Parts: sequence; structure tokens; C-alpha cells
Amino acid sequence: MLTKRIIPCLDIKDGRTVKGINFENIRDAGDPVELGALYARQGADELVFLDITATVEKRKTLRELVNRISHHINIPFTVGGGISSVEDVRVLLQNGADKISVNTAAYKNPQLIADLSREFGSQCVVLAIDTRQEADGNWYVYLNGGRTRTDALTTDWARQAVELGAGEILLTSMNHDGTKQGFALDITGTLAAALPVPVIASGGGGTMQHFVEAFTRGKADAALAASIFHFKEIAIPELKAFLLEKGISIRH
Amino acid sequence: MTTVIIKYNAGNIQSVLYALERIGAEALVTDDHEKIVSADKVIFPGVGEASTAMQYLKERNLDSLIRELRQPVLGICLGMQLMCTHSEENDTACLGIFEESVRKFQPSANGETVKVPQIGWNNIYGLKTDLFQGVPENSYCYFVHGYYAALGQHTIAKTDYPDPYSSALHRDNFYGVQFHPEKSARVGEQILKNFIER
Repeated sequence: MLTKRIIPCLDIKDGRTVKGINFENIRDAGDPVELGALYARQGADELVFLDITATVEKRKTLRELVNRISHHINIPFTVGGGISSVEDVRVLLQNGADKISVNTAAYKNPQLIADLSREFGSQCVVLAIDTRQEADGNWYVYLNGGRTRTDALTTDWARQAVELGAGEILLTSMNHDGTKQGFALDITGTLAAALPVPVIASGGGGTMQHFVEAFTRGKADAALAASIFHFKEIAIPELKAFLLEKGISIRH
Repeated sequence: MTTVIIKYNAGNIQSVLYALERIGAEALVTDDHEKIVSADKVIFPGVGEASTAMQYLKERNLDSLIRELRQPVLGICLGMQLMCTHSEENDTACLGIFEESVRKFQPSANGETVKVPQIGWNNIYGLKTDLFQGVPENSYCYFVHGYYAALGQHTIAKTDYPDPYSSALHRDNFYGVQFHPEKSARVGEQILKNFIER
């Protein structure tokens, strides 16, 4: 039986792991390759590396990092952060990345999704969406790491992206990210039920019960979290044992 | 002892190379016919689309070369599918090494629906041949695919999604696995070791 996935996310800045709270207040959390290898040994099902470096050196350092990760890690990993062209993706895949995630660049140029899925297959194209629920009750798409609001509804953009060839949706709720109050179950569940591709829930996981809810009420195919793993608040083996006990299908 | 990874336009060949390095095996990525034919072991990887990949192989006469290989050959993911007779993916005639046919995932007869592509960790069971030596029944492997090989006489491992299909095939010197051993943690490393060291 296909299992639900637990995905630690490593935010990378200048080659180091960092984690922002509510997309701000960056703190240092260690070497990404060491941390990724540790998570792989502990039973993480996949890893996501999001590069938030803004320097011109970014492309080279990211390529080198991806190469180092793929030499040391025996589970699949996704790389994201500022990817905006077929050539960017080719280099990352050639250095061993399994999937790439696109966000702002894909929203500004949806053809990028079509180009990437035709060139490399939709299985390696993850569309990341940062979303916020506003006072009107709707969930809107945000760009540029959550700094820029759009008028697009998250469900509409996700549907369009899947039609263009996105193979997976990584959905981060800005209302929930960093709060440790649980994942955004309603929008995650809506997307997971509506879309023919897997949906990764992200933002808000603080307790092991939150993960149970992401997979049951939220219908997520995978759940992603960062600081609770980096700061050892929840250990992956313990989380997986808990999920199994709750009847969730989990690799163990 | 030389291992060759066939170089063609299918993505993610490096991952296989790095996985072999992690288990201490050296390999060469090449599309050179002589080097492929003279290797002790051949790995035929692949992620991508069937008709484009077959076209590419034909243009370089790699299709007939692969069919005629005598040493152990391991097809991975699309590589395994291309070793079958036919794929529903753009109605593609494949290499015809395994008689099983490749079909697109559909909802189960009892109406159970699945997401396509299948992405993630699933069990392998009904394990046969020494490719799976030391690999426990129902081990988890990592899969990423929208098409599958049906069950047949060459099936040496099964997986359910939602119905049972061939997650590995074997005929003579040819092996194929649908999952990615290079990404399947320790289980995958054991399978690669079995192939390289047997």
C-alpha cells in the first residue's frame, strides 16, 4: 500500500540550514547535508531543500550543494528556491536532484510548468504555493516568499498548474506556518480531493496529532515540517510509530 | 569488474551513479556500444516519456544493442518499461524482452481511485530470484510512475496500486525494477548490491 510521506524541509541560505518563523527571523540550524543524512537514517521519506540565498553566487553554490546531497543521501529530494528556467532545472537534475519546486516564477510565467514537464516529466515538477486565508474566507496565492499578494484563488491556480503539467502540489499556509497550531486542514483537504496529483501539507505542524489530522481530515499525501525536526521537538521515528498506532499507512 | 550505466536522454542518470558509489561500486556512464557490450554489468535507467526515449535509442541503434546483451542487465523505472513489449504511453513499441505490457494506472474494478503518477513508498512482495536476496517480503521501495507493467510469467515482485502489478521482472540475463533502488534507502542499496555482486 502506498504510504503517507513525512518530509523534513531544510531552508538553505548561503549553504547553511535556516528556519524562519512566519517567513522571518532567520535562525541557524546546521549543515544541510549532515542534517539531511540524519533524517534519511531516521526514516524520513523524502527531503525538501529550499534555497533562500539571494546572492549572484546562488546558482553555483546551489549546484554544488545539490551534488553533495546526492552523493550522501539515499532517499529522494526536491530542490526549490528561485528556479525560473529549463536550464536551471537541467543543472539541478544533472547534479542528482529528483524533483524541483517552482513558485513565483511559475505563477508569473505558467508556460514554465508546461516546458519543465515536457522536458523532464511531470513527476519531477512540484508546484509550491504559499497561500493565506483572508477576511473574506478565501485562500489567495502569495508570491516572493509570502511578501506579494495576488488576486488568484489557490484552488484556481493549483488546478491550472496541474493541467499544465505540475506533478505535485506543495501547499504552505501562511496563516499556519510557524504557529505549531496544526496544518490548514480545510484548504489542504479541498485541494487533495480536487486534484489528481499528490498534495503535500506544509505549515503549522507542531504535535504528532497534527500530522494524523493532516493525513485524515486534510487528506494530504505527505506532510512537511521544518523547525520541529531541526530543534528536535519531534523525532521522526517517534512520529512514525505514533502515526502507525493511529492507523495511518506509513513506511516503517 | 566493470559496470556501465547506459547514457541516453532519460533524466536522473547521475543518481544511479552516486548510489553505486555509496555502495562502493564504480560505474561508467556511456552510450559507447563497445563499452556497453564489454561491461560485466549493465544498468539501463530512466525517467521520462516512453516514445521519446525509444526514438532516441533507435536513432543510436541502442535498441538492438540492449536486446542482444548477454551479461546481467538491470532496467530501472522507464528502463524496465522499455524492456517490455509495448507501452500505452503514446502507443509505443518497446524492446520486447519481457512479454508483459505497460499500461496506464486506472481506478480499481471496485471503484477505488488512485492518484497518478504514483509517488512515494510502497511495498514489494512475492519476491523471487537472488536480486532480492536479504530483502524481506513487504519491504518499502520508492516509486514514481504513471504507467505499470502488468503481472505475467516474468514477474518477480508485485506491488498494489490499487491492483497488483509487476514491480520487478526477470528473464534470462535481464532484470527490471519499477521502483528506484537508487532512492530506496537501505533496501534499495541491498538490491543494487545483489545485482552488482552476484
